[in-house]
Amino acid sequence: MADDDYFEHDADIGVIGRGPTVERAFEAAARAMWAVMADPAMVRATASVQVTFVEPDRELALVTWLNGLLSAARVEGLVLGTFSLVRDGEAWRGEAWGEPWRRDLERGVEVKGATLTALIVEETPEGWEARCVVDV
Amino acid sequence: MDISRLEPIDDYSWRLPVRAGESRAPVVMYGSRELLRTMDDKVFEQITNVARLPGLVGAAMTMPDAHWGYGFPIGGVAAFDAELGGIISAGGVGFDISCGIRCLRTNLRFTDVAPKLREIADELFEEIPAGLGEEGRLKLSPAELDDVLIAGARWAVDRGFGPVEDLEFVEERGCASGAVPENVSETAKRRQRGEMGTLGSGNHYLELQVVERIHDERVAAAFGLFEGQVIVAIHCGSRGLGHQIGTEYLVSLAKAAQRLGIVLPDRELACAPIKSPEGKQYLGAMYAGINCALANRQILAHLTRGAFARVFPSATLETLFDVSHNTCKLERHRVEGRERMLYVHRKGATRAFGPGHPSLPERYREVGQPVMIGGSMGTGSYVLVGTAESEERAYSSASHGAGRAMSRHQALKLWRGRQLVDELAGQGILIRTRSMRGVAEEAPGAYKDVDLVAEATERAGLAARVAFLKPKACVKG
Repeated sequence: MADDDYFEHDADIGVIGRGPTVERAFEAAARAMWAVMADPAMVRATASVQVTFVEPDRELALVTWLNGLLSAARVEGLVLGTFSLVRDGEAWRGEAWGEPWRRDLERGVEVKGATLTALIVEETPEGWEARCVVDV
Repeated sequence: MDISRLEPIDDYSWRLPVRAGESRAPVVMYGSRELLRTMDDKVFEQITNVARLPGLVGAAMTMPDAHWGYGFPIGGVAAFDAELGGIISAGGVGFDISCGIRCLRTNLRFTDVAPKLREIADELFEEIPAGLGEEGRLKLSPAELDDVLIAGARWAVDRGFGPVEDLEFVEERGCASGAVPENVSETAKRRQRGEMGTLGSGNHYLELQVVERIHDERVAAAFGLFEGQVIVAIHCGSRGLGHQIGTEYLVSLAKAAQRLGIVLPDRELACAPIKSPEGKQYLGAMYAGINCALANRQILAHLTRGAFARVFPSATLETLFDVSHNTCKLERHRVEGRERMLYVHRKGATRAFGPGHPSLPERYREVGQPVMIGGSMGTGSYVLVGTAESEERAYSSASHGAGRAMSRHQALKLWRGRQLVDELAGQGILIRTRSMRGVAEEAPGAYKDVDLVAEATERAGLAARVAFLKPKACVKG
């Protein structure tokens, strides 16, 4: 099973992140979401954005993390490809790296936002899994 | 979807009755047996959840193009009474607030355009910022953006983006009242800075179409439509500002619902009573999002006219109509013989006022409101007209598109963008795009049969077919 994965949804896309910790699972979910927009392997890490927030609810934290990345990147005009997240209790501090959109980067479709639909963050026998539907 | 749970009202209307002990309103689903059978079971689950929300008046409804959404199904309609504790739901409006279609009718026949089809397709692709990462040429200051959020398409017309006559044919005359720019975050405004006058991506498009078939000569004449005529349809919404409003209020309303003791069968139905501070705040922001979308489509219509003027100097492009399909609007409706003011959520559904409605422009008042059902880039779209019957059946609502028949993931497994572009070119349909993945996800085969959806919409009494439009060139986001 890949760390970043997808599940079926009629109109939009379900993203899945897996990892040994919640933070790693959230990072993988971010990779899955951004891969809808551009191949992360082709994105250069020349600029970064920061996403910090306080959220006690783990599931709302996933949505807040993903939406924070979308808005921070859009404000800066960046496409993102690498993600890092640390947690201290209810405080989450994330950073992501990418570059300004360039013409020769193959574009996917825009993710408008991460939704609360099919939103699950749970510990499985293999580690943590975080999933939700993103609106495209 | 298993339709054995539903009782037929007629061949195109189905009801889920309320059983003893069930705490919910009725559900009514419109569509043929065939369309309902092919819907995902999640549509049933989601609309049943909507029927459990407080203050719902009448039934929770789905249109014939319904498909699995988030919170509300796409194609979901529900009306709430503020005086009865009715709610406003961010999940009932969606992220792309006031996504909709601006339809322009031209004075051109396709026979005149055909020799220059490639040229106009290229010109439109050059002129219209489309796709991920593309920014508009218009960069607004924070104060200017606040003006947009208050005045909508009127702001754009005042700034020279199109004639004032356009406003007559835009819902709310181009400006939703009640917008409160202060309820829109600075992040949302910053996100919009480079996005005014952009198309976006996904299912957004600008299409050059030809009127291939007239279904109703009288109404077509009132709408100024004739066979062989070139039409332009622009499908997009409130861009980053609307997405950010949706994002922020989805979480804050989910928390508000919990605090206020509203039991949500699905967290995505995040809502608050319309009269609560949280509900009022979202309404003010959402109306600002509507105005952003109306201004955006007005600017895109203006850019489209510029592109046509360069290729066809004598062309005229008049606004046929501009309809939104992700909104919640306060409207007057007659329910069981009594007039009531209701907040009507339409999530992926179009308003479809019938003949005589006072809000319609004089030109259309006798026949009813133009309704657009946007189809895929390979099949076609319909212009319909609102009916009197739709008021009784669905608070004057109708389908908004063909509706997806399969997921984007499935579509990617079945089609390649380059191959589709070539195949469509072979059929005389030119595609201009920066995203071959987007083309594959939007493959014509990934959508329901638009003919069946339009027919079901008519037979369910929601809107009547007027004309069928065939795509000839499409700028895909």
